[in-house]
Amino acid sequence: MLELKALSKTYKTGDRALSDISFSVPAGQVVGLIGPSGAGKSSLIRCINRLVEPTAGSVCLGETELTTLNGRALRQARRRIGMIFQEYALVERLTVMENVLSGRLSYVSSWRSFLRRFPQADIDQAFSLLNRVGLGDHCNKRADELSGGQRQRVGIARALEQNPELLLADEPTASLDPKTSRQIMRLIQSVCREMNLPAIINIHDVVLAQNFTDRIIGLRAGKVVFDGLPSTLSHEALTRIYGAEDWGQMQQANEPQDDDVLLDNTLNSSLNSSLDSSPMLVSS
Amino acid sequence: MSGSVVYLILAINSVEVDWFRVYEGLERGWRFIQGFLTPDFSSRWQDIQIGLIESLTMTLTSTVAGVLVSVPIGIGAARNLAPAPVYMFCRSIITLSRSFQEIIIAILLVSMFGFGPFAGFLTLTFASIGFLSKLLAEDIEDCDSAQIDAIRASGARWWQVVNYAVQPQVMPRLIGLSLYRLDINFRESSVIGIVGAGGVGATLNTAIDRYEYDSAGAILIIIIAIVLVVEYSSSYIRRWVQ
Repeated sequence: MLELKALSKTYKTGDRALSDISFSVPAGQVVGLIGPSGAGKSSLIRCINRLVEPTAGSVCLGETELTTLNGRALRQARRRIGMIFQEYALVERLTVMENVLSGRLSYVSSWRSFLRRFPQADIDQAFSLLNRVGLGDHCNKRADELSGGQRQRVGIARALEQNPELLLADEPTASLDPKTSRQIMRLIQSVCREMNLPAIINIHDVVLAQNFTDRIIGLRAGKVVFDGLPSTLSHEALTRIYGAEDWGQMQQANEPQDDDVLLDNTLNSSLNSSLDSSPMLVSS
Repeated sequence: MSGSVVYLILAINSVEVDWFRVYEGLERGWRFIQGFLTPDFSSRWQDIQIGLIESLTMTLTSTVAGVLVSVPIGIGAARNLAPAPVYMFCRSIITLSRSFQEIIIAILLVSMFGFGPFAGFLTLTFASIGFLSKLLAEDIEDCDSAQIDAIRASGARWWQVVNYAVQPQVMPRLIGLSLYRLDINFRESSVIGIVGAGGVGATLNTAIDRYEYDSAGAILIIIIAIVLVVEYSSSYIRRWVQ
């Protein structure tokens, strides 16, 4: 379980990215974090694993208070948090396998990782995760040989290789086509269900967020302005988050996808059927 | 504006042109070209061979030593990896190394360690450090920060971040730069010989001093040939590394 208390971040330039953010995420809950560009979504996610230093407030993962950690303790806390990036952030010139194994770096010595001598258990886990995300045959390819969707699957496998207690995703679908975006979101949602893993997914696409998350948090100018079930995200709430816009039109524009949405909902209710029907999810 | 034109005219007038010496120089130049066209590889071959071996040894050893020292300094001089004090220290080493031309360093080192290739080796190593560390540091700073963040976010140690996120990104360029520096070092090794730092430059200098332009021509042709070979093989290796 993750708990944020009065988290604030002010950048050196004086930009107040986050002010007084408090919420908690119970185990297994997938949270969609939405808001306009510059609302502080990225800062919020990065304050949790301290890629960005929060200015005030606290972040607790289980019993650990993350904001005060340093050095070794910080590294050991970071490995409990898996992160999925926009544009994948794979190390392009390493193989798929090396990328996935880099999730275990904090568990092995620098020397062993330099020689690429990871424990067999780590390698077995990497193979089974790659099979789980449907890339079992690609482990010796270089990361830059893969397509966008495949790369993001490797990104997911790398995050899961850490055996995380929390998953953070920073716009995981930003550079993917609509179909691949849905597949990636479905994959993240289903692994979170399987592992009872809480996740915070920072996402621009409101419809995608509504379809694949259990809870939506709306951020505007560094403040939480909406927190509720995806089904309660009304036009009024969207206006609060993004400002005035003809929100009915957006949902109409998505109507042709409605069948797909329905299909998704039924699939999500049962993990197995979702595995069977989407060709890229090979059950391991 | 008109002031600078007046200055330019005065300045040109102050350059004394001795037309007789120009004539003599042209004649010597012509003899030089003739010598170049009829190169004599055989009569001074012993000296040429010794000079070449010295030059090539200097080139290779100084490049290897330069790369070995440059990697830690380059990492230390990259703002995104090194803390501020280390950064300042490494940057000042680079600035020091880059502020002097090879010839000046060679003159200094020859007067410290005497004539011969050891001074040349030190000169080229010193110059290589400035060149390679600076370009390596800039390359590290240009690395995709998302890849570095991703490895850091997994809880990796600093060494592991360097090994997994930075090294794969800069390795091809580091190899390319090292080969380019090998090329430069060979050319420099023939120049610094003139101030006494050994190598084929010293042989060339002796040949010119003795008015043996045919031997000098032979040495120049050999230098050009070696530069071409290094150039082609390094571009081939660089393609292969990509």
